[in-house]
Amino acid sequence: MKRNHNRALKWIVNLSFVVIALIALFPILSLVLSSFRPASELMRNGISLTFDPKTLNVDNYSYIFTQAGDYWGWYWNSVAITAITIVLSLFFSSMVGYALALYDFKGRTLFFTLVLFILMVPFEILMLPLFQLMINMQIVNTYTAAILPAVVAPIAVFFFRQYALGLPKELMDAARIDGSTEYGIFFKIMLPLMTPSLAAMAILLGLGSWNNFLWPLIVLRSNDMFTLPIGLATLLTPYGNNYDVLIAGSVMTIVPIIILFIFFQRYFVAGLTVGGVKG
Amino acid sequence: MLPASTSSKHNEKQERQIQMAKRPNRFLSFLNSKKVVPYIFITPFILSFLLLTLYPTIKAIIMSFQSVLPGQITFIGLHNYSRVFNPTFYKALSNTSIYVFFTVVILVVMPIILSVLLDSKFVKFKTIFRASLFVPALASTIVAGMVFRLMFGETDTAAANQVLNWIGLSSVDWRYNAWSGMFLMVLLCSWKWMGVNILYFLAALQNVPQDLYEAADIDGATMMQKFRYVTLPFLKPITIFVTTISIINGFRMFEESFVFWEAGSPGNIGLTVVGYLYQQGIQQNDMGFGAAVGVILMLIIFLISFIQLILTGAFKKEGA
Repeated sequence: MKRNHNRALKWIVNLSFVVIALIALFPILSLVLSSFRPASELMRNGISLTFDPKTLNVDNYSYIFTQAGDYWGWYWNSVAITAITIVLSLFFSSMVGYALALYDFKGRTLFFTLVLFILMVPFEILMLPLFQLMINMQIVNTYTAAILPAVVAPIAVFFFRQYALGLPKELMDAARIDGSTEYGIFFKIMLPLMTPSLAAMAILLGLGSWNNFLWPLIVLRSNDMFTLPIGLATLLTPYGNNYDVLIAGSVMTIVPIIILFIFFQRYFVAGLTVGGVKG
Repeated sequence: MLPASTSSKHNEKQERQIQMAKRPNRFLSFLNSKKVVPYIFITPFILSFLLLTLYPTIKAIIMSFQSVLPGQITFIGLHNYSRVFNPTFYKALSNTSIYVFFTVVILVVMPIILSVLLDSKFVKFKTIFRASLFVPALASTIVAGMVFRLMFGETDTAAANQVLNWIGLSSVDWRYNAWSGMFLMVLLCSWKWMGVNILYFLAALQNVPQDLYEAADIDGATMMQKFRYVTLPFLKPITIFVTTISIINGFRMFEESFVFWEAGSPGNIGLTVVGYLYQQGIQQNDMGFGAAVGVILMLIIFLISFIQLILTGAFKKEGA
């Protein structure tokens, strides 16, 4: 009796997950499917559940590959900005998080509180003065301006601190006895131990940077400096949307990130899990 | 120089001599001392905090008391603040609050239930479900918003209206009603962040000691009792984290609204506080006014975060 009951429950739960997964995937799948449909039809009908399979073609893709002049420039900007952001912010944030977790020093609590404080200050408020600062530093419309605010990511510092708290402190003492410098300990021993957390954060920071919209929108001024999200948004004009570039272009935006995700997924989940969020 | 300690100067001298013998360069050994190293490690943070957070925060507060025109900055006292409290701002604030309420409820309750189920023996193909729930987070809000715009188009042929027509309801002008506009923003946000929050909860569930469940089994606890008395207490810290982040991010919302209506929505049904800040500060170039909106937003977020953190007792657990 109990067994049957459990089995029924199992079916219901599993079926609901299939439904939920389909809902989660539907917009992305319909985006991919739509990218093979004529732009004019999308313009007229939007994304519909019914369509004529005979109308499917690759025109939209051949258009971005051959004619959408700026698209590949935007692509390159996004790739470059994201790559630099990931490398720099992993480097600096892990260093800060590690120090906050494993060294006793004056002001340690104060600095950790400051990290939490930055998490709470909405970036949007700092935007206007930061924009002025960038104007004064004469770096508006450069990669530097787009990257600078993300170099020390408070959320990453917070996460790395939580992770580093779980690292064996005895290793540091052992290495010191062996004559290693403090920097050697960090780069040669502790940082490799933090690899899972680095992978997890690489994905989250990479996603954030790749999809970042508001700050690049303000600080990047010319068409050739735009990143993908801004470039795509400029195509979303009230006067006749360029759905051909837009749809195929959007698919091309998601593809690299999905590849990255599939590649790192294992580390990602492990990183979040082991580091745990301890409170 | 190493700081002079009052006790046992002799020992220190010896120690220094030993250090000197090992490492002839005094400057290098200074840089490598355990007292100095942590400060060197956190230098990037200090610099970035001073330049990119503290300075702009103070500047924003100062700006909010000024009229900022190109080449002409005048101090105008509380004038910006007295202007902020107008019907448009109240509209933006109420939109944002409703949005925060719904997104927090959805993005905390649902992920808890789903992650507990995903962690249980009930569900097969866990990895596939987990991955597919996370996929929405990979798309930018701009791209996702565009898809949603096309699915929730005004025509009868758009997906959402097709479904409505099939079950016998009439089509909806999704982007032109107050309720459906809010529905679209909440839906987009919930869709995008559900998988991320599930991952956070799944991570926390790994920390629940399995023997507690076994003990509960021996006591004959039902599934609901186990969830209520074993699982939930262990999820408390992460629930606080997720709730806090969701509230803060909810008040900072801008893109969901921007992608549905760009500059302006009919009757401001999609206007948010940050959208108002952007509109006034950047588009209308009234930076002083925009800064005042920002300062008020910051105060609101602080207030809510503190109330919430105190109520949940999160401060006691710090340092852990």
